Amino acid sequence: MKIHEYQARELLDNAGVPVPAGTLLESIEDAASTYKSITSEAGTELAVIKAQVHAGGRGKAGFVKLVKTPEDATEAARFMLSNRMVSPQTGAEGLEVKKLLVAAGVDIAHEYYLAITTDRTKRRNILIASREGGVEIEKVAEENPDAIIKQEIHPLLGLQAHVARKVAFQLGFQGKQVGQAVKVMMNLAKLFAQKDCSLAEINPLIVTPPTDAHPDGELLAIDAKFNFDDNGLFRHKDIQALFDPSEENPAEMRASRMGLSYIALDGNIGCLVNGAGLAMATMDAIKIHGGEPANFLDVGGGASEEAVTEAFSIILSDDAVKGIMVNIFGGIMDCAVIAQGIVNAAKSIGFSVPLVVRLEGTNVEAGREILKQASSDLPTLEAASDLGDAAAKVVKAVG
Amino acid sequence: MAVLVNADTRVICQGITGSFGAIHTKGCHHYGTRVVGGVTPGKGGQKDANDLPIFNTVEEAVVKAGATATMIFVPPAFCGDAILEAADAGLKLICAITEGVPVQDMVKVRAVLDNMNAELPDSEQITLIGPNCPGIITPGPKTGSGTSGSDTYTNAGCKIGIMPGYINTHISEAKTGKAVGIVSRSGTLTYEAVWQTSNFGLGQSTCIGIGGDPVRGMSHIDALKLFQDDPETHGIMMIGEIGGSDEEAAAAFVKEHVTKPVAGFIAGATAPPGKRMGHAGAIIEADGSGTAEGKIKAMRAAGIEVADSPADMGRAMVAAMGLS
Repeated sequence: MKIHEYQARELLDNAGVPVPAGTLLESIEDAASTYKSITSEAGTELAVIKAQVHAGGRGKAGFVKLVKTPEDATEAARFMLSNRMVSPQTGAEGLEVKKLLVAAGVDIAHEYYLAITTDRTKRRNILIASREGGVEIEKVAEENPDAIIKQEIHPLLGLQAHVARKVAFQLGFQGKQVGQAVKVMMNLAKLFAQKDCSLAEINPLIVTPPTDAHPDGELLAIDAKFNFDDNGLFRHKDIQALFDPSEENPAEMRASRMGLSYIALDGNIGCLVNGAGLAMATMDAIKIHGGEPANFLDVGGGASEEAVTEAFSIILSDDAVKGIMVNIFGGIMDCAVIAQGIVNAAKSIGFSVPLVVRLEGTNVEAGREILKQASSDLPTLEAASDLGDAAAKVVKAVG
Repeated sequence: MAVLVNADTRVICQGITGSFGAIHTKGCHHYGTRVVGGVTPGKGGQKDANDLPIFNTVEEAVVKAGATATMIFVPPAFCGDAILEAADAGLKLICAITEGVPVQDMVKVRAVLDNMNAELPDSEQITLIGPNCPGIITPGPKTGSGTSGSDTYTNAGCKIGIMPGYINTHISEAKTGKAVGIVSRSGTLTYEAVWQTSNFGLGQSTCIGIGGDPVRGMSHIDALKLFQDDPETHGIMMIGEIGGSDEEAAAAFVKEHVTKPVAGFIAGATAPPGKRMGHAGAIIEADGSGTAEGKIKAMRAAGIEVADSPADMGRAMVAAMGLS
């Protein structure tokens, strides 16, 4: 699960990682007053207004703006709240922006990168840090891999102070910055482990220029990105509450409520499969035969007839779908349940597009018999003998 | 011969009174697996629907029923603890079937298991399969209907977990007289591979579903080592999917250490980046790692016969073995 930047800032603030003053803005009318309160609180004229969407590429799309007057703030808010944001990560239709973050501008002496994630090969959480912050870490990895520090975190003890200190010195922090950096790293690591994160990223983590009050400058988290392990959400009611359904595909949400795993794709052949691996393989087989899958759909091992019927309804809600391939290898899944689900869907929704069905495994004879008995309700049904045959038939039927 | 499990393996089910645990205990029992009981804390002393004894702890199941292996069906929140209970009780084979275990739990569990294994001699290493896996099966020749504990499907096999037993072929029933070992991250794709290899006249020595989670027990390499050393495994089918770099590491291992024919398939060539494809571990990362293309390339470079289509896994296997 992903959350917004303003939510991530709040988590950091509560965990003892300093962030600049900021607040949420949801209407153009409030832009000027929000700007005034944030800038006067921070004692600056500069504020930054940022669209709150899960997709990246905001800056280049014009959805992150520095403003110095209430009028500029209103203009930036008007632009962001009345235009859809289009970036390489959003697709051509773009995203509607409903929330903006207004944060106090700060002077920057240097930008760093800091993140914690789980390294699946090492089976450990790792701290990733770089002196080259403020840009995409993937870009740094490509152009200057030596500038990236990767430090394993102890799986049972968590991030230890001496390890964090070592990284702080490697990053070139000096004087009082070292203690601040250690605190930021340790608090971030604690937050990561406590909340079952899959990614906790601060980019950039900045140091402000020296002042009389802070001769070594201050560390501040300017932008943050948090992702959570869906499997860990059951023990974090507070994180579940941060879920923003408007950022999700409605069909995918509808599927997940029924215990189905569905992902919308761009093609025209709908797929209904049991098992994630076989579902991916089915998409691959369609592609190899010259077709394009319209979706990934895993009905899981214990799906009911109702779930199967709902799955067809979701697949057919995509107007692009011109044919459907059902591929079932029943292990836990009973082929008769799938067959009955198909028949129920035929009666309640009706199949106007070609339907190619491949059934194999547990109780397959009963499943085939159910489909045979209901042949008048299934005029577009074509049976397939195996996976390759099914893919060939559905691609041909779609044309 | 086979790997990890055989007709002598004495299996228990942790979570035997839960709905899935009960169904699959029955399935394994009817297949012919030597199921010696199960564990549900607080229900010790009772019997399950198959008249198998229920114990309060895994330790009790080891002492009283001589358990040597376990399959875990407890809910995700308790799975990590169940794995470590089994390890503490001395079980050497732990199959965690449970789906939805938090990654952070598995990071800790793996660290504890790795520490335990570092203290144990080679012959006593603890093997964890899964979580989020279908289990393991060493098929036996068909000797009965498989409809009850007194009329089991085989009297010389062992199935632990949720795989359908009857699709497997014992080497004695295979037309080619050869058997392959199968290792896969996906359950249903394993069944597909079993089905296709059986249709080409091959038997299966052992099939291992290592599971779809990002942090798990056994890896492809662990399975490859076992199959390479097993005299009744004549070829190896390795099935992977997008996400992580397990398959790339396995390909390098094949190149260096495996002399037997290896065929394979990678699912997810058409998967979009950044989306989790059903399995928690099946994702192409933002940095472009974990693609099917990269895995297939590494596997082909290691001399593995990779099927382009999932419909051709069996064909790739016989081609690799020089049987086509």
